[in-house]
Amino acid sequence: MLEHHVIILLMIAGAIVAMELEDMLSSVIALGAVGIGLTLEFLLLRAPDLAITQLVVEILSLIILIRATVGVKLPPEKVKGRIGYFLFAVVFVVAFLVFSYRALGALPAFGAPVMKMGSLYVKEALARTGAANIVSAIILDFRGYDTLGEATILFTSVIGVLAIVRKVGRKQ
Amino acid sequence: MRQESGMTLIVKRITRITVSLIFLFGIYIVLHGHLTPGGGFAGGVIIALSFIHLVLAFGKKVALKRISEATISAFESIGGVFFWSIALGGLLFSGVYFLNFLPKGEAFSLFSAGTIVFCNIAIFLKVGAGLFAIFVALAFLRMPDDPKEGGKAA
Repeated sequence: MLEHHVIILLMIAGAIVAMELEDMLSSVIALGAVGIGLTLEFLLLRAPDLAITQLVVEILSLIILIRATVGVKLPPEKVKGRIGYFLFAVVFVVAFLVFSYRALGALPAFGAPVMKMGSLYVKEALARTGAANIVSAIILDFRGYDTLGEATILFTSVIGVLAIVRKVGRKQ
Repeated sequence: MRQESGMTLIVKRITRITVSLIFLFGIYIVLHGHLTPGGGFAGGVIIALSFIHLVLAFGKKVALKRISEATISAFESIGGVFFWSIALGGLLFSGVYFLNFLPKGEAFSLFSAGTIVFCNIAIFLKVGAGLFAIFVALAFLRMPDDPKEGGKAA
């Protein structure tokens, strides 16, 4: 369990550094450290599918963020009413911790699932789909609807990006 | 000889070697998605990264000559329609939406798992083209009223 705690602490530190730094490039690199920590965490939890996807998406988003933000320096923001924001954040964090403590206590123990559907997938995935990789069997066969929805989300986001940054048809 | 666009000669030379390897690795990840970790999404991102590699090394004009924006858009649409038609095929051939209607084949061989292979290929087309389109849009299409002066003043 120790390595999980170390990695999670490093990720939290990376996130705080990314927020506090003034330089955009350093901030983006600190964000990359958070992503690499998440990849390591997936590997330690034996989820290589997620680790591969997280790693390549992290590289892609790092490239896009560097290409889009390098040389851009945001003007320093002036926050008014800092005490109000601070109080709101403290209240939110306390409420979140209390509720998550109670909710996570009711979950089954780590690595001991009792879900009926999950055990059915694990038992019958190979026989029903013929796919040796059970993750592919679940996301593309048992849960095809979900994947279709994800594809729709990606399509919508591409359309959104292209609509915002396009040149043609923009009124000056 | 002066470089007209892109990075230095060293980067261009190495890019010529590595791009095809990255591309092949992406294809491998996609086609073995039902056997080993990976699949359409990860493979699509790797393919998109290989094209991004090309764009970063050679500059926008040279790279987009090989694969134009219309091609990207066509691939994205083909991927989406392909995935949806697989789902409709389940409805058509066996009466249940998204049913795996193809023969399952022998487990652990490359040609197995019925429609999952084709779903992987469809998602790969969609994700690869979509993410590359997002990269091209965010990195090169600058807005006319880009707040450049804010960067200079600060």
